[in-house]
Order: sequence, then structure tokens, then C-alpha cells
Amino acid sequence: MRRLLIVLLLAFAAPVAAKDDLVIGVSQFPATFHPAIESMLAKTYILSMVRRPLTAYDADWKLVCLLCERLPSLENGLARLERLPDARQGMAVTYTLTDASWGDGVPVTSEDVVFGWQVGRHPQSGVAEGELYRRILAIDVQDARTFTLHLDRVTFDYNAVNDLAVLPAHLDRVRFEAAPAEYRNRTAYDQDTTNPGLWNGPYRIAQVTQGASVVLERNPHWHGKPPFFSRIVVKIVENSAALEANLLAGGIDMIAGEVGLPLERAVALGKRHGDRFRVVTKPSLAYEHLDLNLTNPALADPRVRRALLLASDRATMSRQLFGGGQPVAEGCVTPLDWVHDPDLAAVPYDPDAAGRLLDQAGWLLRDGWRRDGAGNVLSLELVTTSGNRSRELVAQVLQAEWKAVGIELRIKTEPPRVFFGDTVTKRKFTGMAMFAWYSAPESVPRSMLSSTMIPSATNGWSGQNYTGYANPRMDALLDAIETELDRDKRQHLWFELQRLYAEDLPALPLFFKADAHVWPKGLVGIVPTGHQDLSTLWVENWRWE
Amino acid sequence: MGVTRLLQSLAVLLAMSALVYGLMALMPGDPIDLMIAGDPHLSAADALRLKALYGLDQPWGERYLRWLARLLHGDLGYSRLYAKPVAAALAPALLNTLILSSTALAVSLVLALPLGLLAAWRPGSMADRAINLFAFASLSLPTFWLGLMLIALFAVQLGWLPAGGGDGASALLLPAATLGLAGIGQFTRHMRAAMIGEAHHDYVRTARAKGCSPIQVVLGHQLRNALIPVVVILGLELGGLFSGALITETVFAWPGMGRLVFEAVMGNDFNLALIGLLLTTAATLTGSVLADFATRWLDPRVRRP
Repeated sequence: MRRLLIVLLLAFAAPVAAKDDLVIGVSQFPATFHPAIESMLAKTYILSMVRRPLTAYDADWKLVCLLCERLPSLENGLARLERLPDARQGMAVTYTLTDASWGDGVPVTSEDVVFGWQVGRHPQSGVAEGELYRRILAIDVQDARTFTLHLDRVTFDYNAVNDLAVLPAHLDRVRFEAAPAEYRNRTAYDQDTTNPGLWNGPYRIAQVTQGASVVLERNPHWHGKPPFFSRIVVKIVENSAALEANLLAGGIDMIAGEVGLPLERAVALGKRHGDRFRVVTKPSLAYEHLDLNLTNPALADPRVRRALLLASDRATMSRQLFGGGQPVAEGCVTPLDWVHDPDLAAVPYDPDAAGRLLDQAGWLLRDGWRRDGAGNVLSLELVTTSGNRSRELVAQVLQAEWKAVGIELRIKTEPPRVFFGDTVTKRKFTGMAMFAWYSAPESVPRSMLSSTMIPSATNGWSGQNYTGYANPRMDALLDAIETELDRDKRQHLWFELQRLYAEDLPALPLFFKADAHVWPKGLVGIVPTGHQDLSTLWVENWRWE
Repeated sequence: MGVTRLLQSLAVLLAMSALVYGLMALMPGDPIDLMIAGDPHLSAADALRLKALYGLDQPWGERYLRWLARLLHGDLGYSRLYAKPVAAALAPALLNTLILSSTALAVSLVLALPLGLLAAWRPGSMADRAINLFAFASLSLPTFWLGLMLIALFAVQLGWLPAGGGDGASALLLPAATLGLAGIGQFTRHMRAAMIGEAHHDYVRTARAKGCSPIQVVLGHQLRNALIPVVVILGLELGGLFSGALITETVFAWPGMGRLVFEAVMGNDFNLALIGLLLTTAATLTGSVLADFATRWLDPRVRRP
């Protein structure tokens, strides 16, 4: 009897074995599982656990090799300048693949790199971003694991081939070559998603329930550190309240920061359930700002633009609306980027100084409103996306703060489809448009700031310089940064770009948006990156403590 | 009558397809415009290439006629959003929606018909007032609120049921209860009104005069006639069985037709949206025809030449 009692006591005293699966809640279902067709955050989040790119930026924003052995550089001789047949200067960059295999045991080879490049540069393959593929003029295959890319120009980011999709030629080449124009509909990534041979990451996709969940299982042919979890389920819950309820009810273990809850909701959740969950906020590259239409006569005056910024209490907004988790932006480059200028002066909240600037610009205070000589009120329209609570709140605060200095702000919200598909893209906003720019570490903002990138009917509304900003010095800086290989010199060019941006203010900087990661206590190893190479690229480090 | 109804239905389907296609094409922005706004690396050349690839550079009338010609050859096309044939994208969502909607409808009918009968038994009684209150509450409560309350109670507080998005029958209970409860009010009110309306007819008085018991009068005489408007409404609800319930599906992460078609419309996935919407239209038309037949069966007067 006593022995039985001891056995029972021991059984109860023994620690409960940590479950070796993980259920992640996300708010989107991927449209496709093909790595190069369509760009979608939910897809990137899931695919980062099942495939590895050649290179990626790590959590410290340093470029690292994931599927290659050594990052090529001019210094280590794996990259070199070369003369192109048309006498321009190009580059030759050599990579050696790691000893990786696809999930069916077939080795990842240079042939897979070549195949990915062929798909990417084919005009009918459906790959959206063709720029990198077009820049690669040719690929020389040295051996099964070594290849050289021949680039058509000299740029500082010559070795960053994060977007060059390595695709399994042994599975998808036949489908592609049979009908390239139909490839996007016939690729094995969507027709045979659970085929292990498509995946070379620590996990492989084992089951897909359309619109509901994606189940990942360990990839037995993974060449790196074995992952802790034998199974990961990514569950799609689009509604924020339902996502939160699923977490509280135990239906999911964690909520992905990159594609999960809005910041304010996650912060509130952390306050209410801090005993069970950890809410970690990570500022990201997403630059929330107000694009100004510089053809508006009032906004064409830089004094008015500066006055608007001086009359905006962004620090209090960040504190009150986002729990301080969303840092104030002083320019378009995040402080997390090594090219950020630390000496860039912060613009304080100073409504008196704003008033003086408006006086100088000829907008005098009469009957509580700023008026020009003809008696017209300084009245501006702000357009933003409907259904985005935080943007609506920021717009309302700005309306109150600007009213205090005599500026009338009319707020208009539109469905994202109308806002991004028409109002912004076709420059139909008369005053300002509030949205975010998404970029990459040390991404040159050419499409947003170059005078050649102003969308118009003649260029098919391409480019993202929606403000209509044109400054020859800015154009020259953008050109110079792209081709400057010397890091110090490039950093100084970046500093100048940021100072010029702060001086000209083609857009009013607001915040760098933060992702809110919600993890259960005991889950460790997740390191949010804040950029487009997501935390799931290092999923093999995640574990229960 | 059968051939005429069939031709009418085909004409409605054709008109609907043109209308939906035209409205979708006239919506501001297309998928590539949205892609340009979200991706700074997408060049002008990429945008033009993709528009040509997806046929978005063609006038919508031409695109519609091409789509119609393919449809007549049995080719439903590919879903741009789900990167698979439309039928393959629709099938699982349709099955999920049928499971959810039919369960919810069964819940509604099983509760609403007896409640309607009970309320009509003695109009103005306490039972009638209580049932009316319940019916109005069912009609007025927003489904998203009701759904979230059920999740808060049964999933978060009690932990008895999954909050949604799960597999198996347990995941069906809360969304079906939400939709079912929302439908009870409508059927209860119609049943009650029809029963009260029938109570004043001569044949009911005659039945009573012949000595039939109150239960015999209600179940044997009144009910059959009172069911006619309910059957007509049921027929029209058939479209709802196929169209899904966007809000309930979103709250419970239930991958059904409502979410699928909504995303297809918003994402300019013409093939998927059109087939999804036409399926709903066809189901509604079929339901209307079935309701006509049921009415003829229930009411001999309709069968008279």
C-alpha cells in the first residue's frame, strides 16, 4: 500500500511533459504557396518555416547566408567587378550552397537556383517582382553547389539575393516548361502543396485546409539544427476579437506578431492577462506617415508643412494610443537601420512655433481660423483607410491639435481597396494621405522620393512618389547611394538624404509601426526582426522552457 | 410552366453574371494597383506585364464575353486568389457552408415552429409575450455580438467548446448556435402570424363545430395552411444555405462561402466571385421553384386550373 502511495505521489510530482506541438494564430490565409508569386505577409510567415532563402537579414539586421556557405564580398574575392559586353560595368558574385536537401532527400543544387531564376525572369510566369531576376544577366554553374551570378550593374547590395527563389527543378521544371503562361496555376506549390520535395526548411507542409489552417511537420532531411516542435499548426482567424478569444480559450498557443493583433489590442491583452502571456512589441520598418500633395497651394509652402509637424504632439500620441510601443519617426529611415542618422534633430511639439510659421506664410489667425489674404480658411483633407482603428484615432487627435492652431482638418476614410487602388495610386487626394511604407534594411527609397517616380497616366500610374516631390539633389543622392560600395561614404550619403528629407518634408513622419507578439509564458527562442525576413526563419530555435 | 421557368432562370443568371462582372470591373483599383501600393520594388514594367498577364488591360466587356464563352465550354477557370481551379477552391468552402447553414437552419426550425405554435395558441398570453420578446431579441441581436458572447461564455470562461476554426463536430456547435438563434425570430414570427391568421377562417370554425379537439384543429387543419408562407420563406432561404454567413464565418474562423466570395470580390478574383455568386443565385431560383411546388402540394386551391 505504501509503495503504491509512493508511486502515485511520484507520478503526480513528476513534471508534466511539455507538449511538442505549437499552434500559432495568424490573421491571413496565403493566396498561394509559391515562394515567388504574389507577395503576402502570411505566406512569408509560413514559408519561412519550410524553406530557406539563399540570404536574409538576421535579427541584428545583418545580411547572412542561410542556404549558402559564405556571403560573397569584394573583400573575400567571391564578388568582383566585371566589364559587360556593352562596356558598362557589372558584377560577378559567386555562392556555394550548403549541403541542403529537399524534403524528399534530393539535394538542393545550382540547377535549382538556375530554375528559380528562369521562372522569375519569364514575363508570363506570374512572378510579381521581376527586378532582381532582370538584373541577373546570366548564371554560370561551376558545380552542383557552386554558381556565379552575373549582375548588370554595380550596386552596394550586390550580395543580397534574399528574393531569388530557389525552386525544386526536379519537381516543377516540367510543369513550367510545358506552359510558362499557365505555370502560376499549375505549379506543384499549389497543386501538390504537401509534396515534401518542395520544402528545404526545418519543417514541411503536411496538410492544408483552405482558409482554416496549415499543418507543418518536421522535415527529416533538414540539414540544420533539429527543431524542437514535432508539429506546428498555423491557424487562420481573421477577426481580432476571435483571435484573442481563441488564445484565451487555449485553441491557439501564440499570436504571430507579424500578422496578428493590432498593437493597441495586444497591449490591452497584455495588461489583462499578463500572468499567462508575454506581449513583446518590436518596432518595424513600416513607416507610418502623411503623404502631402505638394500641388496643393497651401502644402507647397514648406513653412506650412513644418508648422503642421510642429503642431502635432506625436510623442503623446505614441504614449497614449500605443502604450509607447510605437516610436515617433523623425524621418523615413528607422533608427534600427545602420544608415539612420543619430544626429537628426527631433521636431518637438511646439504649437507657438507652428503659429509663427503660419503667420510668416501669410496664414493669419482670424475668428479662430488661419486665413489667407482673401479670407480663405486653411482647410485640408486627410484621407486614410477605413476600419483601421489606430489610424482613425491618430487622425482625430491631429484634427484637434491642428484646430488649436487654427487649421481645419477634414477626415475622410475609404476602404483599403479604394484608398490604395485609386486615391493614393492615382494621386487623387487633395491634402494628405495617411498610410505606411514597407521597405527593407537599407532600402533606397527611390520609388518614393525620385522625381522620375511620380505616378501619372503617362507612366501607367507606376512609382510611389505620390506627393509629387522633385528635388534634383535628392535624385542625385538616390543615384549615388545605390552605386556607392564604400560603407562609410554611403553612410554619409544616407545622412544627407535624411537631413534633406527632414528639411523638405514631402511627407510628415508619424511613427514606426510596431508588431505585437503574444507568446505564452514558457515559450522561448523567438526573436522578432522588425523587417521582412521574419522571426519564423529561425523557428528551429523556438522551444518550451 | 417548367420550360418557361427554366428559361426565365437562365435569363436571370445571365443578367446577374453580366451585372456582377460589370460592377466588379467598375470598382476602383485592380489587384495590380493594390500590389503597386504595397510593394516598393514593383516597377512600372512589372505592373504593365502583370496587367497584361491577367488580362486587366482589356475592356471589361471583352473579358466578360471571353469568360462567358469559357463557361459555356465547362471551363470555370482558375482562382487568382487561391491559385487553383475555381471548382477546387469552391468545393471545400461550399461543403463547410452547407454543413453550417443546414445545421443552423435545423436548429432554427426545430425551435421556431413549436414556439410559433405555442405563441399563437393564446395570443396575448404570458407565453406569447415571452416568446415574442425572445423572437425580437433574436431578430435584433447582431450576429457578431452574439457570436463573441457565446465564445466568451462557452470557450473562454467554461472551456467546453473550441472558440472556432477547429475540426470536428464540437467546432460546429457555436457557429451553428449563433446562426440558428439568429434565425429563430424570423420563423417564430411567421409561424405565429400564419397560425393566428388561419384561426379566423371558416374551416377552423367548422372543425371546432364538428367537435374536433383544439389539438386536432391546430395540428390537423390549421398547421398545413399556416405552413405555406413558412415553406415559401424556406425556399427563398435555400440561397442562404449556399451563400454562407460572412460575419459568423469570420468570427468563428469557419472557412465557408461567405468569406470566400467576399475575399474574391475584394481581391478582384473574377472567376471565383462570379461562380460563387451565380451558385447562390441559382440556389435561390431553385428554392423559389421548389417553394412553388411545395405550395401547390400543400394548397389544393393553387393546383386548380
